[in-house]
Amino acid sequence: MSPHSAGWREVSRAAPVFAALGDETRLALVARLSSDGPLSITRLTAGSAVTRQAVTKHLDVLAMAGLVSDVRRGRERIWELELEQMEAAGAYLEHVSKRWDEALDRLKQFVEE
Amino acid sequence: MKLHNATDRIEKEIVLRAPRSRVWRALADAEEFGAWFGMKLEGRFAPGARAHGQIALPGHGNVTIEIAIERMDPESRMSYRWHPYAVESGVDYSSEPTTLVEFQLEEVAEGTRLTVVESGFDRIPAARRAEALRMNDSGWAEQLENIARYVAS
Repeated sequence: MSPHSAGWREVSRAAPVFAALGDETRLALVARLSSDGPLSITRLTAGSAVTRQAVTKHLDVLAMAGLVSDVRRGRERIWELELEQMEAAGAYLEHVSKRWDEALDRLKQFVEE
Repeated sequence: MKLHNATDRIEKEIVLRAPRSRVWRALADAEEFGAWFGMKLEGRFAPGARAHGQIALPGHGNVTIEIAIERMDPESRMSYRWHPYAVESGVDYSSEPTTLVEFQLEEVAEGTRLTVVESGFDRIPAARRAEALRMNDSGWAEQLENIARYVAS
């Protein structure tokens, strides 16, 4: 039985993360923050066709999903990736969750044979 | 919505086409538990007892996992604590927080509904979580590289 079949009910609330990443502009922002570290809005919008206002909106969506956070430095907001959140919360739990799916598949075979 | 609310626990539910007594034996008997879980277990399962399991991890050799049984209500509930992904050999995990694993059995028309809840992940040190991820090939770090490649192309 696959983890996607009807017998499973996985309580997971990772959906906001995937929704937040399901947009090319936001993906690009995540990639940029991933490679260049904490950046101000000014630097994030420099050389880009996307307006400062639009970038701020996208960053707010990412922040709602817990993927980025900002600190105020002077008049600027500096944005950075919540790497720990992304790694620890999302992937770690998914990793453990998959192990349980596999183990319970084996248990099912074991008791039903 | 705050993500951290969802990060402390994993909950699974599965319907097994087997009577409750059969499912209980597969959980409560250390040898049977080891057989489906995939580890060699030493010791008996009983409230307050500790059993030790050897898990073979590809590329990482054998690691020992300690299971501290808390509760055993025949054919109904069983719970234990362990160190999730205590998988580095030579590391003493005994001072680190454990997670609680709870099994609950319920009779249904098709057989037995088994619920598994593992909780307490929020207290697991970030370094330990990172270590578990390094051993997993689908971590976020790799996802970020994929995103970067996708965006750059």
